[in-house]
Amino acid sequence: MNGVHDLGGKHGFGPVERETNEPYFHADWEKAVLVMNLVGMVKRIYNVDEFRHAIERMGQAEYLNTSYYEHWLASVSTLLVEKGVVSREELEGRTKELEQNPGAPLPDRKDPELLERMMRAVRKGMAEASEPNPAPRFKTGDTIVTRNWQPAGHTRLPGYARGHRGRIHAFHGVYILPDAHAHGRGRCPEPLYSVAFESGELWGDTAEPRERVHIDLWESYLKPVEG
Amino acid sequence: MGSHHSEPEPWVVHRVRALESLLIEKGLLSTEVVDKVVQTYEKDVGPMNGAKVVARAWVDAAYRQRLLADGTAAIAELGIGGRGGGDKMVVVENTPSVHNMVVCTLCSCYPWPVLGLPPVWYKSPAYRSRAVLEPRKVLAEFGVTLPDDTEIRIWDSSAEIRYMVLPRRPEGSEHLSEPELATLVTRDAMIGVAQVQAPVATR
Repeated sequence: MNGVHDLGGKHGFGPVERETNEPYFHADWEKAVLVMNLVGMVKRIYNVDEFRHAIERMGQAEYLNTSYYEHWLASVSTLLVEKGVVSREELEGRTKELEQNPGAPLPDRKDPELLERMMRAVRKGMAEASEPNPAPRFKTGDTIVTRNWQPAGHTRLPGYARGHRGRIHAFHGVYILPDAHAHGRGRCPEPLYSVAFESGELWGDTAEPRERVHIDLWESYLKPVEG
Repeated sequence: MGSHHSEPEPWVVHRVRALESLLIEKGLLSTEVVDKVVQTYEKDVGPMNGAKVVARAWVDAAYRQRLLADGTAAIAELGIGGRGGGDKMVVVENTPSVHNMVVCTLCSCYPWPVLGLPPVWYKSPAYRSRAVLEPRKVLAEFGVTLPDDTEIRIWDSSAEIRYMVLPRRPEGSEHLSEPELATLVTRDAMIGVAQVQAPVATR
């Protein structure tokens, strides 16, 4: 999707602003959003690719005007409604009730099994392991050119790296293709490579010297270059 | 939060609480899960994990080799992260001629098991747009100026592979123990936007 989330190489965002002694969270609601999203993925209500794509779908102007955890909230609410876990009416109704009665306590419940699964996910991460097949078509050192691929849906081929020559730096293994997985089209595992691009290839005359960008790209994003 | 004057809470607070209460009622969440996960990120899963890995690599050449060859397995040796359903880690090494820097231009992918929660600047449009286009300018804003002949390698985390930078061990740290070295290693150095500074007494 050619959305504003695809930020690599864009101009006009100013200097990188840092906060000294930044707290882990800036408000308590951010904590709940973080955990609800992890639950959504640990319980396999949705997958990480659906999660990322629901952020991309949140509205282009809104994306730039909201914070990271607001992006997460938008995605989590969209997916919980789309997957039928909560209804839009329930969610709107409950939100109104709480606006009128902000002190209402949360229901009490214990769930040791979920707690254990969540702690494991937090400590190990949640990515799925590499699969044995199919065999990779490219080998380290091969020159490739990326497709000029402009899908309306989810992809992990950044806009700035489309239609450019690169070199296979490493083969990572065979991983779920996000372009399919974000849209309910199955896992479609494909070889995944680290591909190195010279900065001049990506940015032309404006490139900074002696810079190389490595991007992790799935095999179907790449075409061979002869010679 | 926790303020004593009575400004109305923003809509987002009610929206999140509404989702939370509905998920608890439907048997998908508990407040204990929220508290414990948050506590773990605040106390146990953060840059101190990555710093342990870096300090070990600085004092143990064989470990450093294993770390660069298979980051996931070498990090798991220290009881961090792990194999069999977990993030695949790649560790990239800074040298006198190469400087590495990690970004995620498409979202905010970050090596959570070793660095914990990402800082706001890492997730900001400014960093995500500029790190690939003008890394030297970004590094200069962070106070890092590299010679023109240093090669800069940017790692755009576009898949589920997670990157961590192994920074250079500072001069003047030869006498320090492994735990002392770990205290020098910062989150920013492991993202690749800072260098590790020598201990104050020897600077």
